[in-house]
Amino acid sequence: MKNIHKSPWLLHYDGSSCNGCDIEVLACTTPVYDVERFGVVNTGNPLHADIFLITGGINSQNEEVVRQIYEQMPNPKVVVAVGTCACTGGIFKECYNIKGGVDTVIPVDIYVPGCAARPESIIDGVVQAVALFKEKHMKEKGGEKA
Amino acid sequence: MPKRSIVPFGPQHPVLPEPIHLDLVLEDEKVIEAIPSIGYVHRGLESLVAKKDFNEMVYVTERICGICSFMHGMGYCMAVEQIMDVQVPRRAEYLRTIWAEMSRIHSHLLWLGLLADAFGFESLFMHSWRLREKILDMFEISTGGRVIFSVNKIGGVLKDMPKEMLTQFVAVLNDMEKELRETTSVFLDDFTVKSRLVGVGILTEDDAIRRGAVGPMMRASGIEVDMRKTGYAAYNEIDFEIMTSKDCDSYGRCQVRIGEIFQSIDIIRKAVAQIPDTELSVPVKGFPKGEAFVRLEQPRGEAFYYVRANGSKFLDRMRVRTPTFANLPSLTQTLQGCQFADVPLLILTIDPCISCTER
Amino acid sequence: MEEIQKDIYKIEKVELLPVIMEKKNDKWRLLQICCAFAEGKYEVTYSFAKGYEIRNYRLVVEKDEEVPSISRVYKAAIFYENEMKELFGLDVEFIKVDLGNKLYRIDANVPFLKEEDK
Repeated sequence: MKNIHKSPWLLHYDGSSCNGCDIEVLACTTPVYDVERFGVVNTGNPLHADIFLITGGINSQNEEVVRQIYEQMPNPKVVVAVGTCACTGGIFKECYNIKGGVDTVIPVDIYVPGCAARPESIIDGVVQAVALFKEKHMKEKGGEKA
Repeated sequence: MPKRSIVPFGPQHPVLPEPIHLDLVLEDEKVIEAIPSIGYVHRGLESLVAKKDFNEMVYVTERICGICSFMHGMGYCMAVEQIMDVQVPRRAEYLRTIWAEMSRIHSHLLWLGLLADAFGFESLFMHSWRLREKILDMFEISTGGRVIFSVNKIGGVLKDMPKEMLTQFVAVLNDMEKELRETTSVFLDDFTVKSRLVGVGILTEDDAIRRGAVGPMMRASGIEVDMRKTGYAAYNEIDFEIMTSKDCDSYGRCQVRIGEIFQSIDIIRKAVAQIPDTELSVPVKGFPKGEAFVRLEQPRGEAFYYVRANGSKFLDRMRVRTPTFANLPSLTQTLQGCQFADVPLLILTIDPCISCTER
Repeated sequence: MEEIQKDIYKIEKVELLPVIMEKKNDKWRLLQICCAFAEGKYEVTYSFAKGYEIRNYRLVVEKDEEVPSISRVYKAAIFYENEMKELFGLDVEFIKVDLGNKLYRIDANVPFLKEEDK
């Protein structure tokens, strides 16, 4: 497992976003943008995911789901909040059913702004997440050289 | 005696880009009943009318959903324009029509890709999405945004598409048409694809009316209703035929949507040919007072907008009934009696948009 | 029944079920049900469509008055009625599948009413 950081797996969950960021995240995995060239693979199962991409704000119902997915993911893990809603709550912040950004529930490592976040910035966020994942992985190994 | 079990489906599921939860009551492999429970994406944005004024609400309505974003903004603007008795310039109407049809192409291609993914044909998914990117590029050139454009305003549109740009778009679409024929023929003629679609998820004409189905879901059950025929925006000056299918199954729905992609290209061509040269918007003064409802045909079906204004800058009520909300009863109907393995596919055939549904 | 605006008809509560049955037998489809709260009263609008025709029927009820459910005639009404009940606190009687304010499962109590109206 010492080279795990070379190919972290990606998990995407839609909080309460408007879909705009979701389709952009999905568009990132298709040929034109192809985020998988950085070694990440999109997966659907939190149990073997390393990078958690989350779009949309948090409401009382998906709060539990987000927390559960986060806890199911193995350590080390990196959380990327994609889009303004995931960062702060965005345009929906004043709605009665929005608690705010993703960081109200779980710690967020990387914030990708934009409404909707552009594929270029999502890719940038993922690349940073890969680097951070490597760093966290190294730290966990106690500085052991990979 | 077959064994009964309840299988939870969602909200986080590989086939679902969006969270919806279904409790599936199974008898062995057969689904007896499906109980949807929603609320993961509920934001309550209709209540924002008390906090944002009626001009700002355009941007909120655009964010009801990122896929049909343009048409949500357009529907809301049309409702307020109707209340305030504003006559939108013809060029703005045509531009709205062109953008709306481009949204339809992009939404249907998105759906085709997700459908391909649901029956495990990944390269077809990639191809559909590759074609979709061309439409998004056109959006980016003309509006600056890829999924959310904010070009609508009450009284018209904010941006123009010059003549050269429009002719260039038509050229791109002409090129795309050939590739589209190739890709969509896989959906319609391929043996393995057909084996997953034909005869799956039957919704009869009677059921479609009783369950209040809308859009391609309804047209695939042989009902010829398309709100564009009511002649809003520039549709009263553009001739087109309504796509229907008598198949009543998933294959029929696929057929209708593919037909609509080519039809939209045709409508854009006609609109570009006859677009008049007028202003882009008219100034709007004062506050709205009264009520209005607007119906328009979104990629997923008929959407309903209701606005009630009291003469101040904040509206009393803004309501959007989105197509997926109307299609949910049809979904539970088609799920009854289907095979468990077909569930993801059947959820996709209504072209679900959960963030629309829950707002 | 009187026409208050183009295609909007105001009806009384006793007229509701006969009107709904008539639409049902004539194969109209339920387009939507919308609830609004204005001037201390609930306005419930039932919209039906057949082809391109549309009819809206408006029922105005007092704040603590109950409204009969039409979900036994139009099954599609279940979602709309549960929504009105949860978001507006409108008392809809005998919904076929009463989710008991658990459609969206929100924390807020009847969020579409202003604080002073609750």
